[in-house]
Amino acid sequence: MKMNLFGLFIGLLFGFGLLLAGMANPAKVQGFLDIAGLWDPSLAFVMGGGIGVALVFFAKAKKTSTTLLTHEVMKLPTSTVIDKRLILGSIAFGIGWGIGGICPGPALVAVGSGSLGGVLFTAAMLAGMFLFEKLENK
Amino acid sequence: MQIDLAHFTPIASLIGGAMIGLAAGLLILLAGRIAGIAGIIGGLLTGASDKNWRILFMAGLVLSPVIWRWFAPLPELNMVTSPVGLIVAGLLVGMGTRYANGCTSGHGICGLSRFSLRSLVAVVSFMSAGFVTVFVIKHLI
Repeated sequence: MKMNLFGLFIGLLFGFGLLLAGMANPAKVQGFLDIAGLWDPSLAFVMGGGIGVALVFFAKAKKTSTTLLTHEVMKLPTSTVIDKRLILGSIAFGIGWGIGGICPGPALVAVGSGSLGGVLFTAAMLAGMFLFEKLENK
Repeated sequence: MQIDLAHFTPIASLIGGAMIGLAAGLLILLAGRIAGIAGIIGGLLTGASDKNWRILFMAGLVLSPVIWRWFAPLPELNMVTSPVGLIVAGLLVGMGTRYANGCTSGHGICGLSRFSLRSLVAVVSFMSAGFVTVFVIKHLI
């Protein structure tokens, strides 16, 4: 129960951050990715602000053995594999991000804003994820 | 390259980014979970045992613009792509982030914050692909 309410709170905070940052606006994302045209550097500030704050928490998490709310063993990702899946998957994601100006978090925010395009993108994204599971478990 | 000063929002973007970082930071320290949206959604499709908080986290993202509207007008959310383009983009984003095991939040914010080389490779790959794609869309086609 505690974890569920916390999840809701974190989702809201994340969503407000995306909205304020301009990250949920596909036109702005494309403005950032358009380095050869009129370039809007704003999203570099989103990454800067996000990493600047998060790294303090991750440094603390590395030294913490038990999570503070759920009292579980602290587990950070351990994979260091750099392979074709990582690179080609990221490139496919980047192409999709460039075409639509949307990544997974902003897609859900767009759904909540009532955007039909957001619903269409999110449905296709879920289909893509589902397709991945099918291909993985074939 | 020319800077688009008309749309440049350094302060709002920095504060918004800090809120995203705070959300990711609280999630790891208090609950030991990575705030990677693709991974959190993906866990629902793989039958993870902790379904409920994943659904509520997603509900929080969906509700954020609804609650925002109670207090202030929603910032612009301009879709710039045709419906067919959005479907193609969605499929690529869905499959790509699952193959790469992370997206802008998982690899970008969380991965770089813990100095993961794997995440750095992912970020450089998706950023480069994004730059090239938008160059092709806006300047070649």
